[in-house]
Amino acid sequence: MAWFKRKTKGITTATEEKKDTPKGLWYKSPTGKIIDTEELERNFYVSPEDGYHVRIGSKEYFEILFDDNKFKELDANLSSKDPLNFEDTQKYSERLKAAEKKTQLKDAVRCAVGKSKGKDLVIACMDFAFIGGSMGSVVGEKIARAADYSLKKKIPFLIISKSGGARMMEAALSLMQLAKTSVKLAQLADAKIPYISLCTDPTTGGTTASFAMLGDINIAEPGALIGFAGPRVVRDTTGKELPEGFQTSEFLLEHGFLDFITQRKDLKDKINLYLDLITNQPIRA
Amino acid sequence: MEYLDFELPIKDLQEQLEKCEIIGKESDVDVTQTCKQIEKKLIDTKKEIYKNLTPWQRVQLSRHPNRPYTMDYIKALLGNTFLELHGDRGVKDDKAMVGGLGKIGGQSFMVIGQQKGYNTKTRQYRNFGMSNPEGYRKALRLMKSAEKFGIPVLTLIDTPGAYPGLEAEERGQGEAIARNILEMTRLKVPIIAVIIGEGASGGALGIGVGDRVLMLENTWYSVISPESCSSILWRSWEYKEQAAEALKLTAPDMKKLKLVDEIVKEPLGGAHSDRATTFITVEKAILNAFEDLNKLSPKELVQQRMNKYENMGVFKG
Repeated sequence: MAWFKRKTKGITTATEEKKDTPKGLWYKSPTGKIIDTEELERNFYVSPEDGYHVRIGSKEYFEILFDDNKFKELDANLSSKDPLNFEDTQKYSERLKAAEKKTQLKDAVRCAVGKSKGKDLVIACMDFAFIGGSMGSVVGEKIARAADYSLKKKIPFLIISKSGGARMMEAALSLMQLAKTSVKLAQLADAKIPYISLCTDPTTGGTTASFAMLGDINIAEPGALIGFAGPRVVRDTTGKELPEGFQTSEFLLEHGFLDFITQRKDLKDKINLYLDLITNQPIRA
Repeated sequence: MEYLDFELPIKDLQEQLEKCEIIGKESDVDVTQTCKQIEKKLIDTKKEIYKNLTPWQRVQLSRHPNRPYTMDYIKALLGNTFLELHGDRGVKDDKAMVGGLGKIGGQSFMVIGQQKGYNTKTRQYRNFGMSNPEGYRKALRLMKSAEKFGIPVLTLIDTPGAYPGLEAEERGQGEAIARNILEMTRLKVPIIAVIIGEGASGGALGIGVGDRVLMLENTWYSVISPESCSSILWRSWEYKEQAAEALKLTAPDMKKLKLVDEIVKEPLGGAHSDRATTFITVEKAILNAFEDLNKLSPKELVQQRMNKYENMGVFKG
C-alpha cells in the first residue's frame, strides 16, 4: 500500500486552521547570504556574514542611539496637505493615505530628543518607507522645528538622511525646503551648536543638495548610495559606464565629502566621541 | 526669428505684413489701409495667444532660442562697466556660470548668472547652461567678495539644471549647491534674484536664495523639469504638458504660493519679441527692489530673508 496515497481529494484544511509562515523569519542579503532575522536585529540590522547594512527606519535608529530606547518625539502630529492638488497617475492625497496606512508613519521624517550616552541629543531621522523618504513641506518643517529645539536648548543636532530627494508632488514648495532647512542650519552654526549629518542608503537629490552635506561633520554608513543626480540619470546624460563603487560612501570619502564611514554598531560611540571632543568635554565611556 | 508651434499664426501675419509693405514701396497701389488692417490683426492675434498661454507654452517660451540670456542682460544693463571675474580658485572656470562687477544706475552690483549658448558651438562651450560644482563655487566666491565690500548681489537664473555628470558627482555637485544655499541665507548684503528663463530645481536655487526673487512672466521655476517629472511619475516622456500643469511652475502660480516675490511683465509677444523693452522693465524692477533693500541694516536684511524662507511650506498640524 502506497504510503503517499491521498485518502481524500484536494486540500481540506480550513482557511482558519492554516498556519502562516512567520513573516521575515529569514533575511537574504544582496550577496545572497541568508540570515535569521532575530540575529540580524541583535546585530544592528547588519548582516554578520558580509557586513551589509540593511535599510532601517527611524524606529530602529532611535533604538540604536537613545539610551534604553527612551525619547520624546517632537511634532509627531504634523502631516502633509496636498496644496497643489497634484495628480499624476494617482492623486497625491491618495498616495499619502496609502503611505500612511502601509508604514503607520505620518510622513518621511521623525524627530525626537533623548539621552544618548547620558547626554541630550536631538535626532531627525528620515523614513525611506514613506514615499521614498521624499522631502516635502512636512519634512522641512519638522527638521526646522527640531533644529529650533536644538537651538533653544543648546543640544547637539543629528540628521539621519535616507531619502530619494525632494517630493515632486509638492513641486517648488518642496524645493524651498532646501532653503528653509539651510536657514536653520545657518542659525545653529552661528550659535556654535554641533550638527552632525549621517548619510545612509540612499541619500540623493535635494537632500544631498542641502542638509546632508552641511554637517560640521558628514558621516555615512558603509556602502550607502550618496549623490546629487541618481546613477541612472548620470549614465543616461553622459553615455558613460559608471565606475564600480560610483556614488558609494567609500567613493565620497575618497573624494573628500565625508569625514568618516562608521559601522552601525559603532555609530553611537562615534557620534558621542565627536561631540565630547568638539565641545572639549571628558570622553564618555 | 524662430517661431514656436503656437506662434505660427503670428508668423503668418508678420509675413503678410512684410509683403504688404513691400508692395506698397514697389508699386503705386495704395496699401496703407490693408497694411494697417494686417497690423491690427497681428496685435489682436498676439494678444489672444499670449492671454491664454498654457503652462507648457510658457515653458517653451522660457527656452525660446531668441530669448535674451544672462550676458544679454549684462550687456544691456551694465554696458561697458562690466568687469567679468573668472574661476573658483580650486579646479577651473565654469563657462556655464558667469559673474562679475558692474554698475546699474550708478550702483555697483556683483552679477552672477547661468549662461546658455546661441548656436551649437557656444551651447557646448556653455554646457547648455548646466553648471558643474565649480560654477556654484565660483558664484559663492564672488558673493563672499561682494559681502566683504558691501556690494549687493544680483543673480540671473536660466538653467535646465545643475550638470548631472560623472565628474560633477566626484567633485560634489550636491555639496556645492548646499553650501551656496546655506551661505546665501545669511549673506550680509542685499540679494536680488531674477528668473529670466528656466529655473530648474537645485541648479537654480544654488544661486536663487534672495531678499527679492523676481520672475519674468514667461519663465518656469520648480523642483524638476516637466519632462523629467513626466518620465518619473508617468513613466513616459509623453506627459510633459500634464506635468507642467501639475507642477504649478509658472510665475503667477509661484507668486500665489508666495515662493517668489514679484512677477516682471514681458512685452506682448514675449521677452524675445522686444528685447529693448524687456531690459528696461527688468532694470526698473531691480532698482526698485534695491531701493527698498538698501534701507535695511545687514542684520534686518538677513532676519527678513530668513523669516521669508522659514515660512515656506504648507502642512497640517
